[in-house]
Amino acid sequence: MTIYDLTLAELRTKLDNRELSAVEVTNAYLERIAATNPDLNTFITVCNETALVEAQAADQAIAAGEVAPLTGLPIAAKDIFNTAGLRTTCASRILENYVSPYDATAIARIKAQKAVIVGKLNMDEFAMGSSNENSAFGAVRNPWNLEHVPGGSSGGSAASIAAHQAAAALGTDTGGSVRQPAAHCGVVGLKPTYGRVSRYGVVAYASSLDQVGPITRDVRDSALLLQAIAGYDSADSTSVDTPVPDYQANLTGDLKGMKIGLPKEYFIEGLDKDVRAAVEAAAATYKALGAEIIEVSLPHTSYAVACYYLIATAEASSNLARYDGVRYGLRDENAEKLIDMYMQSRATGFGAEVKRRIMLGTYALSSGYYDAYYIKAQKVRTLIRQDFLDVFEKVDTLLTPVAPTPAFALGEKTDDPLQMYLSDIYTIPVNLAGTCAMSLPGGFSTQGLPIGLQLIGKPFDEVTMLRTAHAFEQATEWHKRTPNFKV
Amino acid sequence: MTQRYETVIGLEVHAQLTTKTKIFCGCSTEFGQTPNSQTCPVCLALPGALPVLNQKAVELAIRTGLAINCQIAPRSIFARKNYFYPDLPKGYQISQFELPVCGHGWLDIDLENGERKRIGITRAHMEEDAGKLVHGDTPETSGNSLVDLNRACTPLLEIVSEPDMRSANEAIAYLKKLHQIVVYLDVCDGNLEEGSFRCDANISVRPYGQEELGTRAELKNINSFRFIKQAIEYEVERQIDLIEGGGKVVQETRLFDSNTGMTRSMRGKEDAHDYRYFPDPDLVPLVISPEWIEEVRATLPELPEAKRTRFVEELGLTAYDAEVLAADRELADYFDACVALAKDAKSCANWIMGDILRKLKETDSTIADTPVSPALLTGLLARIADNTISGKMAKTVFEKMWQNGQTADQIIDKEGLKQVTDTGAIESLVDEVIAANPNQVAEYLGGKDKLIGFFVGKVMQASQGKANPGMVNQLLKKKLQGGS
Repeated sequence: MTIYDLTLAELRTKLDNRELSAVEVTNAYLERIAATNPDLNTFITVCNETALVEAQAADQAIAAGEVAPLTGLPIAAKDIFNTAGLRTTCASRILENYVSPYDATAIARIKAQKAVIVGKLNMDEFAMGSSNENSAFGAVRNPWNLEHVPGGSSGGSAASIAAHQAAAALGTDTGGSVRQPAAHCGVVGLKPTYGRVSRYGVVAYASSLDQVGPITRDVRDSALLLQAIAGYDSADSTSVDTPVPDYQANLTGDLKGMKIGLPKEYFIEGLDKDVRAAVEAAAATYKALGAEIIEVSLPHTSYAVACYYLIATAEASSNLARYDGVRYGLRDENAEKLIDMYMQSRATGFGAEVKRRIMLGTYALSSGYYDAYYIKAQKVRTLIRQDFLDVFEKVDTLLTPVAPTPAFALGEKTDDPLQMYLSDIYTIPVNLAGTCAMSLPGGFSTQGLPIGLQLIGKPFDEVTMLRTAHAFEQATEWHKRTPNFKV
Repeated sequence: MTQRYETVIGLEVHAQLTTKTKIFCGCSTEFGQTPNSQTCPVCLALPGALPVLNQKAVELAIRTGLAINCQIAPRSIFARKNYFYPDLPKGYQISQFELPVCGHGWLDIDLENGERKRIGITRAHMEEDAGKLVHGDTPETSGNSLVDLNRACTPLLEIVSEPDMRSANEAIAYLKKLHQIVVYLDVCDGNLEEGSFRCDANISVRPYGQEELGTRAELKNINSFRFIKQAIEYEVERQIDLIEGGGKVVQETRLFDSNTGMTRSMRGKEDAHDYRYFPDPDLVPLVISPEWIEEVRATLPELPEAKRTRFVEELGLTAYDAEVLAADRELADYFDACVALAKDAKSCANWIMGDILRKLKETDSTIADTPVSPALLTGLLARIADNTISGKMAKTVFEKMWQNGQTADQIIDKEGLKQVTDTGAIESLVDEVIAANPNQVAEYLGGKDKLIGFFVGKVMQASQGKANPGMVNQLLKKKLQGGS
């Protein structure tokens, strides 16, 4: 087994045993990135120099016996995280040359453990998209089939983990942007409860929905990375000051008495038969492992996508106002008047999907429409949240598909935004409810594309969700398959 | 013609709160620093930065709200006011919209006719200030607009009145009262020129008897009480002329030009922004417990109105003296400190209002800078009271005290200013003066009583001011009447 095939946990052992040094590990990954990135286009920035400096520092720390769980482990971050001294583009022309002066809290936390940042990952511009085709830096390809999308918006993150270009990645999930690409790339993606991980330094798309999450090869690594980034941060007023349990210690495999719900609204027309079969097979596996499977109802599910596209776009229209060409980012130098500078800089700097969402959101907040759209959507959001709270009175976790289909082909949905939006139908309700959920490998389609399973947990109960995911992973082999793309 | 119309004024005051740091980040709020030196990712609106509410700003907002009789909201919400301008880095201002921190309140003002009028306060809400645009004045920057974001994100409390004022004078009375309160409370430094206390005025006119309000114009950012008065008066006249001439007032925002004394249109209603307010998802609802409100209430100082009443009713000052002394918190504290030491409130008030205020004015300083502490001043008053020095001599001692900060006793001692109260010594001076001025004596005896002042002056002069003037007066009268 080559170095880049090892998980975080396996690398940890080898670094601690001195079988490998952090510099060796980092070099292996940098070489892997160099070899595979032309095909996949996963990275926007590769940290060829800084990564080795960080690796040397990690080796020194290991030699000195100062080892944290992530010391020396190669991690990549979606290009939405501010990283001091590195470009942070958000895959947008408007921030193409923007270098951040500060680290996002999640980055600062993994850096504090002396993790090695190997690069910044491609994504849909400003995290708006479900296919990673909305990037100013070009589409990302799915390692399982280079003609297919990796999902989005954290498409680069999920694809890089599937292709073993980094041991783990940080993504963000506003409507499924960690879980859906993880499903399409056959890796593990976790969206923590809103407030569990600080949003400070994460370029905002929709503030009330955005959440940082780990993308890893297996559930143990997911727990390991979540452990490092979770917890209260005084710089984010919406982060929640509640204890962070030991996630790894709770991966016991024990499912005794566990009640798993299957929400009937998630098994509807449009759900691919292979995906349906995979979820049903997973339910059978859980039953065999001792869990009780119960059919439940989330009655307001069908309103979730509409509700999301009002709230998320409304917030985005305001969040993206700061890209005005005044202080940083792209500025149209030919503009004669202030208004022209604004309009031309933004017209040139933003891609089509970003503009579409800014317009939708501006409309939803406009005088005369606010009550009918924004306020109504907030009321619907409350109902959706209540659906989940009611269901969690009866069950511990929910088992659902992540996306209605496996990864679709590049270009297949780019002309039909509504079809594209519907690919997040199973992930969006979780963001609206604010609870936690994760995607884990659950099988393959007849075409050989990965299929993800979604587990949805109670608010701030990532522990139970991880334990449930881990038990399934122990009982199956799906997560061990790797894509065999041509290099 | 003017008499047929009633003026209706509502005021919006922006008071900059005196926190050391900004409302949503840790940067300093100090005025006048190098441009953009007091900035960070949050107030520069760098990608990914998030606001965190300054609790001190909330405390100051509660403090102000309580002093102007507002309901403090147990739960209030920050909202985004969206518009583009280069001094507004996020492209939105964090403000409060539907649920402000302070609900309905009121302020009583005193009118010229001696009556009191209650002005309603609609609300007071917290928000962040914008930065400043500077026009380039060096060869490299000429023709450019430069952005200074030092002021961006400093905390403001916007206090909105009801349209309860009916004249420029009422508006000024309200503003002065509000200004006095925020300065007293130490929540705002009250500096109009630096923009710490800014006023927008909503003005309309309507025929007397009409219930419906006329169309209003909003006058923006006027930076002195005098200009506010001028601007309102100009605007009222303009609107009346317009209506009388068959025209219509249009709803618009107008700017006052202090050079011409006129207002001109800045933007009309059709150009008004749609601010697209919505709750800021980056900030959680602001929850204020009853305990917190009571904690703040307990720290409120005695306000000017209460002080005035106490000065009149308990200390026996005139309404005018009480007004002057209570107007400034430090002056009032100084006065209270003197009264605590001297008991005789009346003479404390006289000295402060006379000599102290005169010297402060001459030296262009405030009571905080006075070299004459309450202990020094009351020490001087004690020497007048026990006849060690005359009231007149006290003025000389006061001057020296102001210069060198010594006590009255030290100065009297050193300068030998102790009043002469020895009857024999005074008597011989009186005799000399009478002997030296026979003509005046004759005139005095002839009925010109006023000349007594002339004799007193001569004796005082001869004593180098040290003779007790009362004794001099008494002895003079006795000797002159005695005809010797």
